[in-house]
Amino acid sequence: MALSPVLLPRLLPPQTGYRLAGRGLWTSPHLFTVSGDSQLLPLPGQARVVICGGGIVGTSVAYHLAKLGWTDIVLLEQGRLGAGTTRLCAGIVSVAKPISIECKMANYSNTLYEQLEGETGVKTGYVKTGSLCLAQNQDRFISLKRLASRLNIYDCFFVMPEYRKLNLHIFMHFLLSLYFILFLALSHLPSLFLPCSYSGVQILERTTVQQVLVEKGHVMAVETDRGSIECEYFVNCAGQWAYELGQASEMKVSVPLHGCEHFYLLTKPLQEAVPPSTPVVIDMDGRIYARQWHGGFLSGGFEKNPKPIFTEGRNQLEIQNMQEDWDHFEPMLTSLLRRMPSLESAEIHQLVNCPESFTPDMRCLMGETPGVSGYYVLAGMNSSGLAFAGGAGKYLAEWMTYGYPTANVWPLDVKRFGNLQSSRTFLRHRVMEVMPLLYELKVPRWDFQTGRQLRTSPLYDRLDTQGARWMEKHGFERPKYFVPPGKDLLSLDQSKTFYKPDWFDIVGAEVKCCKEAVCVIDMSSFTKFELTSTGDQALELLQHLCANDLDVPVGHIIHTGMLNERGGYENDCSVVRLSKNSFFIVSPTDQQVHCWSWIKKHMPSDPHLHLEDVSWKYTALNLIGPRAMDVLAELSYVSMTPDHFPSMFCKEMSVGYANGIRVMSMTHTGEPGFMLYIPIEYALHVYNEVMSVGQKYGIRNAGYYALRSLRIEKFFAFWGQDLDAFTTPLECGREFRVKFDKDTDFLGREALLQQRQDGVTRRFVMLVLEDHDTELDLWPWWGEPIYRNGQLAGTTTSSAYSYTLERHVCLGFVSPPPGPEGLPTPITPDFINRGDYEVDIAGQRYPAKAKLYPFSSLFTQQKRRKDDLELSNLQGK
Amino acid sequence: MPVTSQILRGLPRAKVLASSLLPCQRHQSHAGPVTHKPTSRRNPQMWHQHGYQTTSVLRSYILTPPQVNSILKANEFSFKVPEFDGKNVSSVTGFESNQLPANAPIEDRRSAATCLQTRGMLLGVFDGHAGCACAQALSERLFYYIAVSLLPHDTLCELEAAVEAGRALSPILQWHKHPNDYFSREAQMLYFNSLRTYWQELIDLTSPGEVPDTQEALLNAFKRLDNDISLEAQVGDSNAFLHYWVLRVAFSGATACVAHVDGQDLFIANAGDARAVLGVQEEDGTFTAHTLSNDHNAQNEEEVARIRGEHPTSERKTVIRQDRLLGLLMPFRAFGDVKFKWSIELQKRVLESGPDQLHENEHTKFIPPNYHTPPYLTAEPEITYHRLRPQDRFLVIGSDGLWETLHRQEVVRIVGEYLTGVHQRQPLTVGGYRVTLGQMQGLLEERKARISSAFEDQNVATHLMRHAVGNNEFGTVDHERLSKMLSLPEELARMYRDDITIIIAQFNPHVIGAQRQEGQS
Repeated sequence: MALSPVLLPRLLPPQTGYRLAGRGLWTSPHLFTVSGDSQLLPLPGQARVVICGGGIVGTSVAYHLAKLGWTDIVLLEQGRLGAGTTRLCAGIVSVAKPISIECKMANYSNTLYEQLEGETGVKTGYVKTGSLCLAQNQDRFISLKRLASRLNIYDCFFVMPEYRKLNLHIFMHFLLSLYFILFLALSHLPSLFLPCSYSGVQILERTTVQQVLVEKGHVMAVETDRGSIECEYFVNCAGQWAYELGQASEMKVSVPLHGCEHFYLLTKPLQEAVPPSTPVVIDMDGRIYARQWHGGFLSGGFEKNPKPIFTEGRNQLEIQNMQEDWDHFEPMLTSLLRRMPSLESAEIHQLVNCPESFTPDMRCLMGETPGVSGYYVLAGMNSSGLAFAGGAGKYLAEWMTYGYPTANVWPLDVKRFGNLQSSRTFLRHRVMEVMPLLYELKVPRWDFQTGRQLRTSPLYDRLDTQGARWMEKHGFERPKYFVPPGKDLLSLDQSKTFYKPDWFDIVGAEVKCCKEAVCVIDMSSFTKFELTSTGDQALELLQHLCANDLDVPVGHIIHTGMLNERGGYENDCSVVRLSKNSFFIVSPTDQQVHCWSWIKKHMPSDPHLHLEDVSWKYTALNLIGPRAMDVLAELSYVSMTPDHFPSMFCKEMSVGYANGIRVMSMTHTGEPGFMLYIPIEYALHVYNEVMSVGQKYGIRNAGYYALRSLRIEKFFAFWGQDLDAFTTPLECGREFRVKFDKDTDFLGREALLQQRQDGVTRRFVMLVLEDHDTELDLWPWWGEPIYRNGQLAGTTTSSAYSYTLERHVCLGFVSPPPGPEGLPTPITPDFINRGDYEVDIAGQRYPAKAKLYPFSSLFTQQKRRKDDLELSNLQGK
Repeated sequence: MPVTSQILRGLPRAKVLASSLLPCQRHQSHAGPVTHKPTSRRNPQMWHQHGYQTTSVLRSYILTPPQVNSILKANEFSFKVPEFDGKNVSSVTGFESNQLPANAPIEDRRSAATCLQTRGMLLGVFDGHAGCACAQALSERLFYYIAVSLLPHDTLCELEAAVEAGRALSPILQWHKHPNDYFSREAQMLYFNSLRTYWQELIDLTSPGEVPDTQEALLNAFKRLDNDISLEAQVGDSNAFLHYWVLRVAFSGATACVAHVDGQDLFIANAGDARAVLGVQEEDGTFTAHTLSNDHNAQNEEEVARIRGEHPTSERKTVIRQDRLLGLLMPFRAFGDVKFKWSIELQKRVLESGPDQLHENEHTKFIPPNYHTPPYLTAEPEITYHRLRPQDRFLVIGSDGLWETLHRQEVVRIVGEYLTGVHQRQPLTVGGYRVTLGQMQGLLEERKARISSAFEDQNVATHLMRHAVGNNEFGTVDHERLSKMLSLPEELARMYRDDITIIIAQFNPHVIGAQRQEGQS
């Protein structure tokens, strides 16, 4: 992992030397005598698992595999164990992470390190310190309060005036002490995991992986500079070099990460030595952190203008130039001295340059790669390697053992990215945004600014000139809302807030138009597959994969989940039966890689069964609103009334001059209307026709914010945010979409039947905020804790303002407190209906009404049960 | 007075001074003797005279950074040698130049031109004194004299034949001029006739097939032009304006520093105290200054010896007094300045026959003290040859206004760092030193300030000028200081700084390297 001291002396000219190693600053861990210094252990001819990378991440994976009973594991390190980024890292483990899975990993790492230190006797200098988070402005303060509320920290306190002891000098500040943050004083970390070497893990240093050999889409062997090892599994934990290693596989594997130089400063011990228990100081507005180090301070930061490195792969020149860059560090030094002026007299020990790898969305990369089975990845730690390594290693080991980890790791799944994110230019530009973003204030619904306009609909320019504001999903540009002419565009884009956003009225107008007239939303980003076969293989496959019954007449649209064996949603999609043996599958945008590999994994190798990704072939327009049928009728001379074109149907028809448009009577919102799937060459024509004919019906463009408001007030969950691989249809009230009554077996059936018997322990609910002032109160986003009768009962997963209800609506899961023996208790309707619910937004609790059904559909409920006429859809995302 | 007003129209800011004096002469009447460097030797009377203004003015004029920039950039000019067919065969990639006036109007002039009939580029800085007339004449004429001196016999004959037959002349020079660099149209015919006479003589003196030596050509051109200036003043002109003009050219003076670059051959011809310095990049990336000209002033011992040797021992004490020629003139070589060259009789005769305006001027009538064995002054240049090497990255020619404020090593460092960009800057390392965070922060802020001023300027000459005027004791630009210096009223400016003219030519190390290899093989 990262730079190995063995390689470096060869790469660097003698006068440069390997500064850090030479100084003896970080005493190298000679504790383990895995492979002797003089002679290398012989390379085994075969192994079950080969792990590449001997940093904290690689060793953690090995440790956890061994713990789960794996033997015959070989760990290869090109230099020495723990010599790369691991060796240089600042040694801070923070458990206050932005998403819950990351918190889980950090918490686990924390416990593990503490426990391992006791077990192994390896001195890591583990100290629990807590932290001081500073806020220099009101918005930062809100974001800290949100964090505290989300993490459920009660023993934190906010301090307004100066905190003299640390000599903090701030104009306006608030402190938050999270007694959850702690740090490790470096550097024997990988040796923590060493006991694993006694239990079937063989560690080979100074062995470089050259390429991974693949046969029939499965890992077969690993070629090293010392010969090759046959293996079943390969784990890429190569850190900085994981991208290159992925490219070096016989079948290229995309590991989208990119290195950036990261600097931190070490001071000599202060006159009055800083005690080890000094909390970590984090000043995100000043972009710095500081911790105690050997009686002095260690302070680094995430600067605005990071220096990406190794864009063209490992590069001798760049390794040479990776020295202290004081000019680059100047803003952080200034910021540190402003915060702690007394440090001015502290002497410099060293400025450390430690490259870190970053990913396109600030989250690490974990899991089996989509193209090559048996090829696993764990890399791209975004400078939190130490915090995540323990937990991430555990989850990956579980993944390899059981086929899926014990927690929802979709936000970290490497399959959330595809080939489209593996351009070096894209990665270079994106990580330059990501690294500063770590400390940037993130207000609700921020978007990445770099790496944009990669995938666009053919209507992009048309919509853009009409005022579209864009967001990005899986590289695809989607309109958020349309700024009406005459609005001050600049102020609209710049103002960021936790309160009522400036687009409120704009989206309100779009929603109103959807309700009363008709709107067009370009929804081309969706993942679209076609599954065809000569016989009924396609139907058979889908019946096996999908929970809902797909043996329906041609032209029907079925909403269905694709469940795993535990009954959880791997995907949530709409399937159209185009003909007897061909199906059109519409999935959420970010399912493009995941769903593809899920279907492929379960697809028999039958030459007569064919799966094609047709996402790029169609432009999708969503016509929402009561007048949509009038517009389409006028354009096709076909009656579009529900009598002629019932809901959840699909017909190929002509729209304007264009023939062969797939018109589907669904809108993903629960509102009446149609989705048009248009071959891209007709897109502009159809759009123009729709807009010109629609004029007299009051048509206008709308964006995804309007869509979200509509779907959330209708209580539609979306996959990836509300639904995940651990949510079953029973937990979100979608039993009616499961073919229990049919004899057909499908993935997850057993689990669902069992759950039906046992009862669900968590339930997806809709919470309507009461007593929440839209103008003055903080808005909910997602991740807010839900309290029932004063007790924590769950968290929200998404939220929106409902313009119809004129209230905020949050969606989320609640579960009753565990029973006396710690076992989960089944949920009852009374639990939902008879409880006083509150949603906690940044420490302020707002009463909320919990609902199991949306208001508007209460009256249609009977009807729905009767003819299974379901307007809804789930993949709003 | 009609003649006067005609002149004034061409000269900026003249209106203010019209009541008292012609702009080019006003300075001396205040300061008495011809002071080339009042900065170092201020007239106490003058101080007193303007004392009441100083404080109030300084308080009221603080320029904003954009105002400062617009002043600094008003005269900037840059020229890039076009790259034909993608291959730049010129060893000069281009040059950038700028001027900052302290006198009103500025007495410095600059010229740049490419020789069209021969190869090579000419760059020159002319620092005028006792008015701008002589420097102006040099900026228009000297390069023609040099170009003609460089022409082979046959080309000269073609030239003469064309003029004789009234055919169009193929141009000799391609000028690279800033819009503010003007040519005096009235004198062009006069200048042309003198030049033609020169080349006619050259035709007589040379033989067919003969190609002149550059060094000799430069020498001859300098001497010949000074001679022509002197003759034209003696002969006069039927046109009263021109008559007055040639007298003003001859009675004012100017130093000249000219570079001729052709491939790897670099010649510097210098007369006076302007200076040419080469920026040499060392292997470690730093820059060192290599001076290519000697200042002709009292600080130059050889010059002092030369002048003392040219005059009888009885004048030993008087010929150089207070570091000045005859106690008056700072540069020891200059064009014009016939007061130091002509005999007293000649001066009197010319003045008596001259136009009336001349008589009103006390200065022209004034004969330098101890004026026994003229000429005391020469325009003969000192010529330096340098064979360019790939490590020679740029050439700075500047008037003494630049070199007074910045040491040549500092000049070369500033230019070198600018041209190579910030990335080439020597990185800071703490090494084994004991440095505190506070010290480091101070150092870094200073470095940052240096970069930011570099980014403000597109033109390296402007960048250098910003440093020359605004540098504080730490070698970084202090905006407040810069602003104060630039907001000085024109009567005061000259006491704090001199006119500054800078030309910076960049060399193409690849072309030079290739040519050197060719030359060796």
